[in-house]
Amino acid sequence: MEEEIIISGRLNEKVDPLLHIWGWEIAFYLFAGGLAAGLLFFASLSYLRGKENDYTATVKWAPLFAPILLVLGLGALFLDLHHKLYFWRLYTTIKLQSPMSWGAWTLMVITPLSIIWCATFIRDIYPNWDWKFKFLYQIENFFIKYRKVLAWVMVFYSAILGIYTGILLSAFNARPLWNTSILGPLFLASGLSAGAAVIVALTKNEIERKFFSRIDLIIIGVELFFIIHMFMGFLASTQVQIEAAQLFLGGSYTLPFWIFVVFIGMLVPALLEYLELKGQKIPVIIPVALILFGNVMLRFIIVYAGQASRYLY
Amino acid sequence: MRYAMAIDTKKCVGCSDCVVACQLENKVPIGYCRDWIVETTSGTYPDLTLEFRSERCHHCANAPCVRCCPTGASHIEEGGVVLVTAEKCIGCGACIASCPYDARYPHPDGYVDKCTFCIHKVRKGEQPACVEVCPTHCLYFGDLDDPNSDVSRKIKERKYKRLKTEAGTDPQLYFLI
Repeated sequence: MEEEIIISGRLNEKVDPLLHIWGWEIAFYLFAGGLAAGLLFFASLSYLRGKENDYTATVKWAPLFAPILLVLGLGALFLDLHHKLYFWRLYTTIKLQSPMSWGAWTLMVITPLSIIWCATFIRDIYPNWDWKFKFLYQIENFFIKYRKVLAWVMVFYSAILGIYTGILLSAFNARPLWNTSILGPLFLASGLSAGAAVIVALTKNEIERKFFSRIDLIIIGVELFFIIHMFMGFLASTQVQIEAAQLFLGGSYTLPFWIFVVFIGMLVPALLEYLELKGQKIPVIIPVALILFGNVMLRFIIVYAGQASRYLY
Repeated sequence: MRYAMAIDTKKCVGCSDCVVACQLENKVPIGYCRDWIVETTSGTYPDLTLEFRSERCHHCANAPCVRCCPTGASHIEEGGVVLVTAEKCIGCGACIASCPYDARYPHPDGYVDKCTFCIHKVRKGEQPACVEVCPTHCLYFGDLDDPNSDVSRKIKERKYKRLKTEAGTDPQLYFLI
């Protein structure tokens, strides 16, 4: 049989024998960013649909998690940097061809926006809240006056944030598993699903809970479609991408992916949410926890498996 | 000006002198390398072919590492040489992930490091350290825009291959076969 044995004398740490330049920090950030994007997207969209006083969990409560998630995510990104004291270099330039550059700028916009969004609702949630200084009340009034503009900007930027977490990876054609444009929509859908799940867990309003349960079911369906589509694309593509797909179709990531991401993270919670909608008594926290678990696993597995996929000689 | 390198796989014996010369010249930290030897054995036993390649950064004309760098630390210098400015590099690892040749590594000091074609020597009219030291004279470095340079003449005379061209990088290492 025609064979080729390749022996390389290179053994650079974090590059050989398999690339391992990105670890839990990036995976966690992609999860936190995706979830924050989902929460902010539904909050601003529900506000624009005039549901401010109906869907209070969506518009006022759930977004409180977004700044925390974004700050934790940014902290993880900072930990990931090897040349940490130079991080400010990200903000001395704009490189349109680099997803990481415009991702950094997107975070620079959406993190303060999410804090402002929460601040304008803080007195609705805690009626005794006191801003202490007069100018803070003036700022609050300013943003409450222009909340609609704020909501439109946030719908736009949260969608970018959600898609960006996927595009960050899909821009690397050296890693065939990542090099698929479906990763952007897949991560966006996954972040929206996590956002809807958190709203379902938070709300005490029956109508709101049912609405977002249904939304979540639809998004999980879309996610499954994207996943199938992703593998169809890989298998119909070049040898390197066929080999990338094999990581999940018999290779070392097969069981973690299909069991943790697809079965436990999507199919089981979808079934539970469906039964719950049909009137079965199921504590919503179970499907919600499973969806968040599947979300984390999806990020971890794609980040790690992507680095195991490569061009061979 | 377009700097490039040709590597004669028929003359290379895989002695790794180029690797050591580079490590000394560029003070590469212990355990890391900017260039390396790849040995491939192919065919059907007993009809086997052995090939040695001295590999390094391909200084791609369409460099994904430069494209994805968020700070502009990775850039293309005179003659198409791909370099990293350490003071601009945040060590995010995007360029390392983007390189189909895995030619970059994180320097223990934090920034990303790689082959520079010994541009500091080339500017003085010298050859890169690996080329200077090669005992079989299998490495040819020079300007592709100059038809009389070593590398231009070798590419004209001999058959060659480039690695992973399907990655769309337009690599500038030419392996003479």
